[in-house]
Amino acid sequence: MPDAILSLSNITKQFGSLLASDDVTLDLRKGEIHALIGPNGAGKSTLIKQIAGEIKSDSGDIHFDGQKINELDAVARSRMGLARTFQVSSLMPEFSVLQNVMLARQSVSGKVFRFFRPVLSDKSLVEPAMAQLERVGLADRAQMRAADISHGERRQLEMAVALALEPKAFLLDEPMAGMGPEGSKRLTGFLDGLRTQAPILLVEHDMDAVFALADRISVLVYGRIIATGTVDEIRGNEDVKRAYLGEEA
Amino acid sequence: MTMNRETLINTIIAVAFVAVPVIAMGMNEPFIITLATKVAIFAMAGVGLNLVLGFGGLVSFGHAAFFGIGGYAAGILASHALNYEPIMESPFLIEGTTQMIVIWIVALVVSALVALAIAAITLRTSGVYFIMITLAFAQMIYYFAISWPAYGGEDGLSIYVRNGFPGINTLDPISFFALCAVMLGIVMLFSAVLIRSRFGLALQGARQNPQRMTAVGIAPFRIRLVAFVISAMITALAGALYADLNRFVSPTMLSWHMSGEIMIFVILGGVGRLFGPLAGAALYIILEHLLGSVWEFWQLPLGVLLLIVVLFARGGLVGVLAGERKHA
Repeated sequence: MPDAILSLSNITKQFGSLLASDDVTLDLRKGEIHALIGPNGAGKSTLIKQIAGEIKSDSGDIHFDGQKINELDAVARSRMGLARTFQVSSLMPEFSVLQNVMLARQSVSGKVFRFFRPVLSDKSLVEPAMAQLERVGLADRAQMRAADISHGERRQLEMAVALALEPKAFLLDEPMAGMGPEGSKRLTGFLDGLRTQAPILLVEHDMDAVFALADRISVLVYGRIIATGTVDEIRGNEDVKRAYLGEEA
Repeated sequence: MTMNRETLINTIIAVAFVAVPVIAMGMNEPFIITLATKVAIFAMAGVGLNLVLGFGGLVSFGHAAFFGIGGYAAGILASHALNYEPIMESPFLIEGTTQMIVIWIVALVVSALVALAIAAITLRTSGVYFIMITLAFAQMIYYFAISWPAYGGEDGLSIYVRNGFPGINTLDPISFFALCAVMLGIVMLFSAVLIRSRFGLALQGARQNPQRMTAVGIAPFRIRLVAFVISAMITALAGALYADLNRFVSPTMLSWHMSGEIMIFVILGGVGRLFGPLAGAALYIILEHLLGSVWEFWQLPLGVLLLIVVLFARGGLVGVLAGERKHA
């Protein structure tokens, strides 16, 4: 896998008697959108958490950007260029929309311990943050409190924060969740263009979006990857139909 | 609109805070000047605590440790100077001092070191454990002071003459008040600047959502550690002034009652508000002396007031006066 930016090999994670990740091997290549699908409780979010460094795997290795990152914590992995969004929006509710993005820019700048200059007049933070808000279509909400914007707008803000980190790879945990058909469509178009900036590991339940976007799909069932392949391969796979798609189609 | 109204309220508080002792001087009421000085000092201790409690969301129940360290810095240095006994003769000579500036520097350095050690341990916990462990550390220092006979132990330590400051007669009540008020002003200004800075943004972010902080690549621990140290230093400075106000320092300054009182100033005045500690300390002192002179159980209505603030007016006195609507 020479062009893989992120690769998981034989990842295992057990919670009591529940095997949440069962010998998972997976990679994310440059320029691709790799969708991770599976029924509820299959262990998709658990896998994202292990990649992001929020929980430790019991065994297996994770390589990112040519480096083994098993021992790095979530802060270090983020700083290496691994940006994740959360299934349930995780923002700073009392901050303005703009401040939420500025915080990410502050992290990228590497200058957090600055005690005197007011942030809101710091152009080196405000301007790039505004640029990301414009990209996701939230510029007119910049001064509103994150707690006061709509659910769909919070999803957009999650994206803007991830973009502001200028990552080498995105981990998107159900970015379409609760967005409505109109919003999902817009986000699908947006993500389509994003893969050239950085590859995306996409956990998503919205099958229209997955089939429209994914270069490859991996299907996770009970913590195990039962198939990996292109959209057509996955659509034609009998195991997948039985385990997963059959329920809906 | 609320923002402008809060600014107006803050201005009124500031003007009243300066005007009352000036009028008291004209009426030859030095006791009121002393009370106003006490307000200034308590407010400063509260400004320190407010940094971690209000903006950082860290409920430290051990800030008396730093208040007391400041107090003992003043007491110990002054007692050595007044008794002409060096603190240490070998390997090099360290003498006591009656210069406030030197005392303050010592208070700042010692409190910063102690805070660094305490924070490095306590910040690995959160919630009620954080509260209990900060309390435990402060109590350790309290019992140490009680059982250390060299500096008075339980009886405390007197400072026979108030320490000096260049160009100011610190024995004159209004001059000492002015010194404390200016120091409070500097500390409040510093605090206002700090919370608007990059560091302030990160500190408030760590309070609201540590998960998000981690995800953007900023470790909440380091931010909180630095905030805790700065907070402790401000409270220690207040402690040094308090020892000079009373010309006395005792383990009482280190006890958990003191930690509770500092917390009350912040909560009464308004958690996470710039003028909260000043409003809270002023209200506390006014209640203590108005109610306390007519009823020895004055702390009972104080308790009820505190309950009302916590239940119905989270913004404290400043929040109520600024007409802020209740948040969900």
